[in-house]
Amino acid sequence: MNIVVCVKQTVDLQQVRIRKETRQPVLENIPLTLGAIDKNALEEAVRLREKTGGKVFLVSVGPENLEETIKEGLAMGADEAILVTSPELDGTESARAALLLAGAIKQMENFDLILLGEGSADNYSGQVGPRLAEILDLPQITYAKSLEVDGRKVRAVRSLEDFLEEVEAELPVLISVVSEINEARIPAVTQILRAGRKPKKILKPADISLKIAEGRSVETLSNLAPVQERKGILFKEGLKELPGLVQALKEEGVGRK
Amino acid sequence: MASILVFSERASLVFELLGKAKELGGKIGLELTAAAFNPGDAEAYLKRGASKVFYSDQAEVKNFEASIYAQALAQIAQKAGASLILLGSTRRGKELAGRLAQRLQAGCLTDVKSIELKEGKVICVRNAFGGATEATQAIATSAQVIALMPRACEPTPEGEKKGEIVTLHLELKPSRVKVVKKSEKDPGAVDIQGAEILVCVGKGLSRQEDLKMIEELAQALGGLVACSKPLATDLKWLPESRIVGLSGKIGKPRLALCLGISGQVQFSVGIREAKTIMAINTDPNAYIFQITDYGLIADLHQAVPQLTAAIRG
Repeated sequence: MNIVVCVKQTVDLQQVRIRKETRQPVLENIPLTLGAIDKNALEEAVRLREKTGGKVFLVSVGPENLEETIKEGLAMGADEAILVTSPELDGTESARAALLLAGAIKQMENFDLILLGEGSADNYSGQVGPRLAEILDLPQITYAKSLEVDGRKVRAVRSLEDFLEEVEAELPVLISVVSEINEARIPAVTQILRAGRKPKKILKPADISLKIAEGRSVETLSNLAPVQERKGILFKEGLKELPGLVQALKEEGVGRK
Repeated sequence: MASILVFSERASLVFELLGKAKELGGKIGLELTAAAFNPGDAEAYLKRGASKVFYSDQAEVKNFEASIYAQALAQIAQKAGASLILLGSTRRGKELAGRLAQRLQAGCLTDVKSIELKEGKVICVRNAFGGATEATQAIATSAQVIALMPRACEPTPEGEKKGEIVTLHLELKPSRVKVVKKSEKDPGAVDIQGAEILVCVGKGLSRQEDLKMIEELAQALGGLVACSKPLATDLKWLPESRIVGLSGKIGKPRLALCLGISGQVQFSVGIREAKTIMAINTDPNAYIFQITDYGLIADLHQAVPQLTAAIRG
């Protein structure tokens, strides 16, 4: 079974700090990584391949340094990478990313399953999966918390807000996963060393045959840490000021009525 | 007449969306329309201000399936002449939003927290960088698909019914995804995200046994215990389902009480939308005190039992 895993390169969000004066996120010198849920999707693909055979292909879109970041995914067990790179693909919006991914996937001889995370680490809009399924005319199963493949049949349990939904579909299908699906492996040093030698196919946007609209479909007017308007009352005298906190709780209508 | 089309698989969310749509539509001269796949819903939307409800009772749309609903709504949007489509940003709403937007060649924003009109443009605010920032964005394409988060706007009250129901026959390709069964989520699982009151505990807690006092306080307050990431992933004192913040749940509680938590952005994004934030921490310089309404500088191990007793009265 050939499995495509779509991943996105982002800054490591655990290391993002906010510049207090300007409320801007500090993104310089922050290491790049693949999204956390992307790694869960990759982990699931590698586990499936271990059972069924075949290959795991990483497909991604981004600036040239993606070639370096993708090694992490190859070290985790993907067999090959297909990348669409170009300087202007830094911070590509969902609509364009979906078209480029679809174009890259269409160049593959065949695939049975597309896996990706339910949302990217940085933008988390959850659009790329459903857009990609629409472009490739595939059925979609989103928010999978477990899945199994039996012959050409895939069965998944979807985690929705209030309940679980078990669904079935025939391959090929696109599945987005939630982080609960597994614990992604951390590659060993030897795997990281070997990852550099795994095959990588690098495409340019011009190699993609799908028609892609000029310009952005979404414009960002600002992106700042929100202003917090809080009362900022601080009881500095320790436990003896506890009644102040209790009073505040009661004023908020909390606790026994 | 061009229109705004409103849809969610949850009627209660449509009530919220209709209020917002009416406000926007009034300003830019768009008719207010909705889609419904259940006769009760269609009637209810008319009573809440929709001038037309496009309705279908075909077997294919009885149950939600994203690719079918995307086909259905694309056809309804065309019938309604809708340039702006408002959806509910639930998991189902989001999977529909992307697929529908692609079908309509539309720009799309999901998880939108607030929406307003500025110089004729629909301006949306949503979290970015995992919630560390808020992005203010506008869709540049002529067709726009916007998914608004639950509770982003007030539900419209019921009023007099003015509009009409338009029954449609939709051309739908059959679904390729079959629902085998629905089941309850793990009954032990708690819904941190939807909780009204959260008692959040962090690395300031010295021993796992002390979680008991945190539980008792949460119980007295009628809330749920949540935690910062290290307490679940490093110490494993609580399950990961209890994590609040970037790596966990982002809630909008009435009250978040933060105990022994320093308050870095990776945690605080999870409670930032709380109506009231309170904190107890030994460190007067802890970042958490910069985002709290009420703070107490004290050792949580001493303060918590006293607080519990005081609340129990």
